[in-house]
Amino acid sequence: MYVLIAGGGKVGANLTRSLTRAGTEVTLIEQKAYRFDKLEAEFEHQVVRGDATELFVLERAGIKRPPDLVVAATGDDEDNIVICQLAREKYGVDKVIARINDPRNQTYFDLLGISPTVSATGSIMALIEHEVPEHGLIHLLELRKENLEIVELTIDKGSACEGKRVSNVRLPEGARLISVVRAGKAEIADGETQLEAGDQVLAILESGKEDELRKILLKP
Amino acid sequence: MKAIVVGCGRVGSSVALQLHDSGWDVTCIDENEDALTRLGESWTGGFLVGHGMDLQLLREAGIEEADAVVVTTDGDNSNIVIGQVAQERFEVPAVIVRVLDPGRAQFYSERGLRIVCPTSAAIETLVGAVRARETA
Repeated sequence: MYVLIAGGGKVGANLTRSLTRAGTEVTLIEQKAYRFDKLEAEFEHQVVRGDATELFVLERAGIKRPPDLVVAATGDDEDNIVICQLAREKYGVDKVIARINDPRNQTYFDLLGISPTVSATGSIMALIEHEVPEHGLIHLLELRKENLEIVELTIDKGSACEGKRVSNVRLPEGARLISVVRAGKAEIADGETQLEAGDQVLAILESGKEDELRKILLKP
Repeated sequence: MKAIVVGCGRVGSSVALQLHDSGWDVTCIDENEDALTRLGESWTGGFLVGHGMDLQLLREAGIEEADAVVVTTDGDNSNIVIGQVAQERFEVPAVIVRVLDPGRAQFYSERGLRIVCPTSAAIETLVGAVRARETA
């Protein structure tokens, strides 16, 4: 496997080290002189100096081969977008992975069809949400393109659905229950499944329907 | 007619002033508040301080009703991304983007973005001026 990494900051440098140790061929592009010197001392000819959004720099780094994977890991989101677009569309690279520095820029990556993306801030936020659920609902997975999400919640005592079968619960349009975990045992939810307070439920729903779902599964 | 100019430097401010003079409703966006001085004391168009990647700010500037967006910040890649968003998400009828690097300029213009590349223009003019000697 041949991997091209743009951006030799902490992310890019550590990736290069890990992949190289695992026996993968890696080329790293870094623009800043002070970083390049350090990286070159460690990775030698594997590092190319230059702006990874310039075609000739990408070409010198071997993008025409093309690599199996390009990782755009610079500290600049616009640069990462352009690197991914060039790699995929100009050089026919199959797989790109982009780092997002400012989570507010996620919209831009989504809109321009750049995925998968990795955002440290976004991931930590998701963990915070998981540890400190907001209003009883934990976001497990977001299928952004499909506009769907999978959430987990625990059925409250006194909620509208307590003691009812799933088929008798008026779930919001665009929401389905996936599974129910009770006393450590999981079962796939179907119309016959009876809901009890304390049940841990996984649900899939269209984004934006969280409030409607809460009304039915949680305490008013 | 409504135009938004993102990046109010030497080029952006002149574009804004000329459009404004010919009757356009112009709003400029720049990260630097001082850029307003380039528009002169009598500027009556809009001016917003912030980053051109800020969707909220673009909406505030009126991108949803804009007839034209001119993107002339000092970053090629910012310009490319803002231009694509203006064209693809907000469907602004005329989006014109300045890109200094001829390589990226060519790639993105083939991809359907309207690009002005001053570097290519300068190269062409310079070579043309020298080569004019061949027939002199």
